[in-house]
Amino acid sequence: MITYPFTYRRAKSIAEAEAMLKAAPEGKLLSGGQTLIAAMKMRLANPPELIDISGIKELDYIRVANGAVAIGAATTHWEVATSADVAKAIPALAHLASLIGDPAVRHKGTIGGSVANNDPAADYPSAVLALGATVKTNRRSIAADDFFTGMFSTALEENEIVTEISFPIPEKAAYKKFPNPASRYAMVGVFAARTKNGVRVAVTGAAPCVFRVPEMEAALAKNFTPDAVANIKVGADGMNSDIHGSAEYRAHLVTVMAKRAVAEAA
Amino acid sequence: MTVVSMTVNEKPVSLDVEDRTLLVYFLRENMRLTGTHIGCDTSQCGACVVHVNGKAVKSCTMFAVQAEGAKVTTIEGLAKDGKLHPVQEAFRDNHGLQCGFCTPGMIMTAVDMIRRKGVMDRETIRHELEGNICRCTGYVNIVSAIEDASKRIAGAAEKVA
Repeated sequence: MITYPFTYRRAKSIAEAEAMLKAAPEGKLLSGGQTLIAAMKMRLANPPELIDISGIKELDYIRVANGAVAIGAATTHWEVATSADVAKAIPALAHLASLIGDPAVRHKGTIGGSVANNDPAADYPSAVLALGATVKTNRRSIAADDFFTGMFSTALEENEIVTEISFPIPEKAAYKKFPNPASRYAMVGVFAARTKNGVRVAVTGAAPCVFRVPEMEAALAKNFTPDAVANIKVGADGMNSDIHGSAEYRAHLVTVMAKRAVAEAA
Repeated sequence: MTVVSMTVNEKPVSLDVEDRTLLVYFLRENMRLTGTHIGCDTSQCGACVVHVNGKAVKSCTMFAVQAEGAKVTTIEGLAKDGKLHPVQEAFRDNHGLQCGFCTPGMIMTAVDMIRRKGVMDRETIRHELEGNICRCTGYVNIVSAIEDASKRIAGAAEKVA
């Protein structure tokens, strides 16, 4: 399959990417391209210009400091999955990255691209939300609770570029994913974390956008055990329903995956 | 159009291509290296796996212009001086193929995983093969071939050491 024609530009710095974006009103940023290129080949996306930010060195890093793991936006899933620093500070995050797609996809796909795209079945949004991470851009810092606004939608504005995701190191955390057996996308993925600021549970794959489950968080704050969430159900209303699973099935899986995540974290 | 320069199988190449040219088409049509296959063309089957700067990637989901300055290795670049790569040898010895369509991608993925993981158990190999589909369902012998190859490569490394 061939995409529509476009003009390709490679940015060497964030400043250069900003200037290129401003000069290309319909342009799109290209990072790992593992979603965007597929969408362009299906001709679901037709950007006349692509601005490649994957080679920007100042976007490719993993730093652990001040109680947080800061990951540059152009860091690949493979780099996060195999980082000794991430494995030590937030093993659940390294594990999550190791479950994305397949090895070849992980070699190209980036954390910034995944978070900015906010695919309903992507893995990273659950970690960003459950760990209360901060999404940093070329202009500002956005709290996870304000970042994901709907299906494929975020708080990002025109010409705004994700530069870093900063994850506060939790006391305990785990990610449990029920993958679609063919695509490996999350049918339902639950990221449960006990942090300095309380317990947070985020669900991906189940609904059009990643979401938290306040009832589970309240129960786990009192008693961080799988039993605490075993009888907490989320409603099927608004859940995704497709050939892979009904809304009721996904709603059921939320409780199952939450139990497993808490069991692993606790 | 953009002039793209890269090294393919240790040979420098510079070609003027449309920006939208996928790496797999660049290899197959511009360079006539048709060992890299197009199966699903949607990043799922892995028939198009090549190495870019030493890492396995799906060449159907990458533009040739993104490989500017990169070192690309395809299935044609594995054999040296008429001698098959140990992974190719192991696929032949273990009958790790049926129709052969997925084989180039399987082998490129196998070389990459052995480089990263060394000798692996069968479960790890299967997990690492998640991005490669064999429509003949010939996985048992593919896994055996990779298991065998990983041991051969580790053995050869020991001898050298």
